[in-house]
Order: sequence, then structure tokens, then C-alpha cells
Amino acid sequence: MSNHHDTGSIKAYIIGFILSIVLTIIPLVLVLEHLLSKSALVVSILVAAVLQFVIQLFFFMHIRDGEGPRYNVMALILGLVFVVTIVAGAMWIMSFNSQVQ
Amino acid sequence: MGKSHFFVTGDPMIYGADVSIVLAMIAIVFSLTYFKKWGYLWREWITTVDHKKIGIMYLLSSLIMLFRGGVDAILMRLQLAIPNNHFLPSEHYNEIFTTHGTIMILFMAMPFMFALFNMVVPLQLGARDVAFPMLNALSFWLFFIGAMLFNISFVIGGSADAGWLSYPPLSENAFSPGPGQNFWIWGIQLSGIGSLATGINFIVTILKMRTPSMRLRDMPLFSWSVLSSSIAILGVFPILTVTLAMLTIDRLLGGHFFTMDAGGNPMMYVNLIWMWGHPEVYIVVLPAFGVYSEVVATFSRKRIFGYGSMVFSMIAISVVSYYTWAHHFFTMGAGADVNIVFAICTMIIAIPTGVKIFNWLFTMFRGRIRVTQPMLWFYAFVPTFLVGGATGVMLAAAPADYQYHNSYFLIAHFHQVLIGGVVFGYLAGMYYWFPKIFGFKLNDRLGKWGFWLWQIGFYVCFMPQYALGFMGMTRRIYTYNQSAGWDMGWAPLNMISTVGAFLMGLGFVFQAWQIIYSLKHGERDVTGDAWDGRTLEWSIPSPPPIYNFAVLPTVKGLDAWWYQKEEMKKEGYKPEPVKYEPIHMPKNTGIPFIMSIFWFIAGFGFTFEWMWMGIIGLIGVVATLFARSFQYDTDYYISVEEIERTEKALRNYTSVQRSAN
Repeated sequence: MSNHHDTGSIKAYIIGFILSIVLTIIPLVLVLEHLLSKSALVVSILVAAVLQFVIQLFFFMHIRDGEGPRYNVMALILGLVFVVTIVAGAMWIMSFNSQVQ
Repeated sequence: MGKSHFFVTGDPMIYGADVSIVLAMIAIVFSLTYFKKWGYLWREWITTVDHKKIGIMYLLSSLIMLFRGGVDAILMRLQLAIPNNHFLPSEHYNEIFTTHGTIMILFMAMPFMFALFNMVVPLQLGARDVAFPMLNALSFWLFFIGAMLFNISFVIGGSADAGWLSYPPLSENAFSPGPGQNFWIWGIQLSGIGSLATGINFIVTILKMRTPSMRLRDMPLFSWSVLSSSIAILGVFPILTVTLAMLTIDRLLGGHFFTMDAGGNPMMYVNLIWMWGHPEVYIVVLPAFGVYSEVVATFSRKRIFGYGSMVFSMIAISVVSYYTWAHHFFTMGAGADVNIVFAICTMIIAIPTGVKIFNWLFTMFRGRIRVTQPMLWFYAFVPTFLVGGATGVMLAAAPADYQYHNSYFLIAHFHQVLIGGVVFGYLAGMYYWFPKIFGFKLNDRLGKWGFWLWQIGFYVCFMPQYALGFMGMTRRIYTYNQSAGWDMGWAPLNMISTVGAFLMGLGFVFQAWQIIYSLKHGERDVTGDAWDGRTLEWSIPSPPPIYNFAVLPTVKGLDAWWYQKEEMKKEGYKPEPVKYEPIHMPKNTGIPFIMSIFWFIAGFGFTFEWMWMGIIGLIGVVATLFARSFQYDTDYYISVEEIERTEKALRNYTSVQRSAN
């Protein structure tokens, strides 16, 4: 869909790619260098993950494309439900681990 | 068994398998060459993008896998039949229960389900094919190659032996070195990618490819069940892919996600794999519910009772199934609050399921019921699933689960829901749609033999296992001693259970015989409407022409074909003049097959940790992707003359057959 310049151009892909890499490197450095306390670390990893998610949607997934945006919105809500369930559910279930260790 | 060599050595059964594999391959190559069928095989099957043919290939593969998984089951039951048995070495026993579980869920139930998706959904929707036909072929070949990769492990390299979900730390390098565990990872990884693609494909097909006059609320319930199942696939298969990738990183690249040391956490794997694993069982059972809805409505000659509540409960099941996964590890000790939430969510699922059962029963109430083979399997499903569901609610009670966990009670429960719900449902679907796809019905008499052997065998096999669970027999147990066997009463129940397994095996033999017998002697279906059906797939000839519908059908509500037939019976009914238009169809392509071969090379290389081979395979995958993106000549039009010719030939054939009968 080359008529959508904002989402389909090579430039957009390259910008998205660079931003994704930067957002991956930041949490990696934070973990490796022990720069933050545990709760601050978790929060910053989550923030980086959410930003990464948004970048994926806008730069690669063409969220603004298409005539019927209704499906996009529905799929987005569904995706959010999945992601929140996986992340929040896993953190909650595994939280017992801190008491055990 | 020896595993130091490339080939598995030291077990007479394995040598027997080696010999039969070689003989079968020689026979296949020889007969393909002798009958000059290589070209036919390539043109008509390997490169096909036709959803009906892909469905047939899925069906055939899943029946073969049912055979393999069934042989595994019978070997296990033989080992457990008497105390202190050494029929199988313990390691071989571990491998067999691992492959049995993996094969039955991932390489039998999933492809059987996809077979039904492919055979039925486009026909029910009035569509010419699925939304992405090439992707559909790729899904099949990825599944097939994944299944083959997994299956060769028992003669090359040795099978996985860490259980069907391969929990770490057992499945890590420290405890399961060698290729066996890698075979498991790569076999599932490849076929899982195929499953995800199929899920996407069918969501788009259902939302976008329906005949223009069909609203979602006119859509047959089987298609609704496929939609809800596909949404669940979309939600959970990525979790499987990522979890397996993490395990691969641990094993292949020395990572520490799930190891015992260096900050790894094996319980995280358990958590993640069940996020996929639990919805997975709903993924396979929802289409079975769809089948029952079609079968019951057709053979009661009634509109389905409570269509809206059926749709609602299916969507509810696919949503709530996301919130139950922790019930597989209540005993992990995540705490009472976690366990309570997941216990309640698990019990809630019983409500929409119960709604569906009542709807089927109300559909039958005052219907004019015909007892056919699909209906028999539905009859068998109701009590079996009911008991399975009730034991499921027992297991869902978290405090009580500490008693049942990993006992034979659990084994009996999930076999009861998976066989009683899923297998019975798929078999009902196979008997129901067989005449549509192949043009003949399956023999009744042999089918009834198969049915009753399955039923009796099922109860004889699994009812004693509930008792064994209460007596303290745990799953994956390799053998038990004399005192457990005779003083505690395990041995007689195990022996009975083994007899039941053999009865089910015999039932399967009857079904295989039934299919082969019916190829020649099955009742031919010349009307295209073998069962006096209600939905669009019965409005076209059986087997359908390549383009399915010469003219896109008009739908005026639920059960479109039924009401059209009512119209046609009326006095002075005049068929509308038919005006054909050229039909846009996808061209066959070899790329899905070739790409899957490269995936196989990559998977095999990484399995043996031969990095060079894995990388060559991955380069091949990228190359085929590249080649595909520059393929512009991917579709063609069927001309009006050709459609006219085909339709005329189909009608002539039909009338000739009719007068011959």
C-alpha cells in the first residue's frame, strides 16, 4: 500500500526499526549494569515494552491503514486483552517466588 | 536403548520399525514410478492451494497420527497391565508417554480440526477458497514437516522423554542431553507456526469471504465455532512459539531462562506453557461443538435451538478459557488468592458448556430424529462429556486438587473430555461431511461395529482409571510392585483398562476397514445433499468443483439451503436464470512445500546442534520468501465457457447416476 506514505515507506520502516532496537537496548543495559532498584527496573522494562508495542503498531502493523478501521480497533482491543492477561497474570502468579527464594 | 549413534539401536521393536519404514518407502517410490504418478502427485497435491484437497491431506495425516498415537497408548497399557512388568525398558516407556501425548494433541487433534476447517468452512460460507490460499498450503506443509520431524525421532536420534509438555529443569540440557528433546521443540515449533497461520487465515476468511448476502448472524454454527477457536489460536499460539524459543535458547545457546542456576526459573515455563496449553484444549473442543450443532440440527430436522445463546456461549468459552491456566499447577503453591481466582474461572466455563448441551437436547426435543453415524457419535458424546465435565469441576476445586493432582484420576478426566468431546466430535464431523468431500457415504455396518467397540472400549479403559487415581496410582508411573498390584488392588483394574484400550484399537481397525471398503462399495451421493442438509455446503455437487460455487449463493437468513429447498418445492417455483461470470482463482504453487523442506533442514540441523545445517535451512526459508514476494503470476480466471462445461458435466453425471440407481 504505497499510497499511505506515513506508514508504508522505507523511511518509516527504518525509523521504526531503529526505535525498536533502542527500546530493546535500554532495558538490556539497565539489567546488565544493575542501574536501578528492582521495582524501578520492572517499571522501566514495562514502559519500554509498551512503547515498543506502540511502535510496532504504527510503523509495521499499518494500524492507520484500511477503509474499515472498526476491525483494527477490535483487533487492537483483543490484542491488549491478551497482552495484559499474559503480563499481569504471569507477574501475579509468579509473585510467590519472591517469598520462596 | 543406545543413543550414542545416529540411529537408535538395541530394541527389537525399533529394528522392526526400521525395516517396515524402509519397505514402505521402497513400496511408495516404486509404485509412484511404476504407475507414473510423480507428476500427478506434484501437480494435484503437493502444489495445490485448493482448500478441499488441503483438507483431505490434513485428514489423512491425522488418521495416520491417530494410528501412531494409538500404538503408543497400547504399548503403555501393555506395560501397565500386570505388576512388575518389564515389557518396555523404563526409558522407552518415558519416550512413549511423551510421544503419545504430543502426537495426540498436536499431530492428531489439531490436523483433524484443520481438516474440518478446510473441508467445510469455505463451503458453508459460500466462498471459493480461504482468504489466503497459499498461506493455507504453507500451514499444512509446516504441520506435516513438523510431524515428520517429530516422528523420525524414534528411529533417528531417540525420542523426547520429558513428558508431553516437557517441563524444565528435566527438559534442560543438564537432565535431557541429546537430540530427543530438540526433536520435540522443533517439531512443535514448526507445526505451531502453521497453526497460527491457519488461525489468522480462517478469521479473515470468516470475516471477509462470506457470500455478500450472508450476515454474521446468518452464519452456520460450525463456522462460528471455527471463528471462536481461531481467535483463541491467535491469542495463545504466539505464547507457545515464544516459550519454545526461550527453551531453545536455553538448550542451544546456553541461556538461563528456565534452568535451576544463574537466576533461571523453571516454574515460569510451567506458567507460560499452560497459558497456551489450557486454551489449546478449548481450541480443539470448540469446533467439535460446532460439528454437534450442525449434526443435531440436520438429523432432528429442526432449526438449532437457541442460536444466539450458542454463539454467545462459544465466544464466552473462548474468552474465559484464557483465565483458567493456573489450574494445571494449583500445587505449585502460588497461594490461596491465585488458586481461588483460577478455580472459579474454571468452574465458570462449565456454564456456557452446559448451555450448549441443553440447546442440543432441546433441538432434538420433538424433532424428527434420524439415527445416522454422525448422530450416534453425538449420542455417545453427551453422557461421556457430562461425566468428564463433572470430574473436571471436581479437579477445579483447588484444595481437593492437591489430592487428585497428577493421579490417574486426572488421566481419566482429560481422556474423557478429549476423547468424548473432541475425538467423538471430529469423527461425527468426518462421517457427516465425508460424502460432501468424497462423494460417497461411509459404510453403516462397519461404522457401527467401530462405534460400539470404541464406546465399550472407552468405558472399560477409563472408568477403572478413576478408581486407580483414588487408590494412589500416579501418572507416568512405569511399573508397580506386587503389593501395590495385588494387596492394594491396582493390578485387576489396570488389566481391565488394558483390555479397554485394545477394544478401542479394534474399533479403529474397523474404521480404517470401513474407509477402505467404502472407497469401492460406499453409497454414492449423487444429489450433493446426502443428509437433507440445511447449510450452503449441501447446495452444491459432491465432490464440489474446484471453484465450489458457480454462482455466489444468496442467503436470506439462517439455514439458507433448507429454506431455499422449501421455496423450490412450492408450486410454480421458477429457478432464477443463471448468469455465470469468470471466477478468480489462485494458481498452484510449489513454494509452500519447498519452504517447508528448508524448515525441515533447519529443524533437523538445530536438533542435532549442527549449526551449519540449521543456518543453511534458514537461508533457504528466506530465499523462498524472497522468491514468493517477486511472484506476480499467482492467479487466473476460469472462463464462463469452462464453468458451463463443468456444470453441465456435473449435472449429466448426476442424472446418469440417478437413472443407474
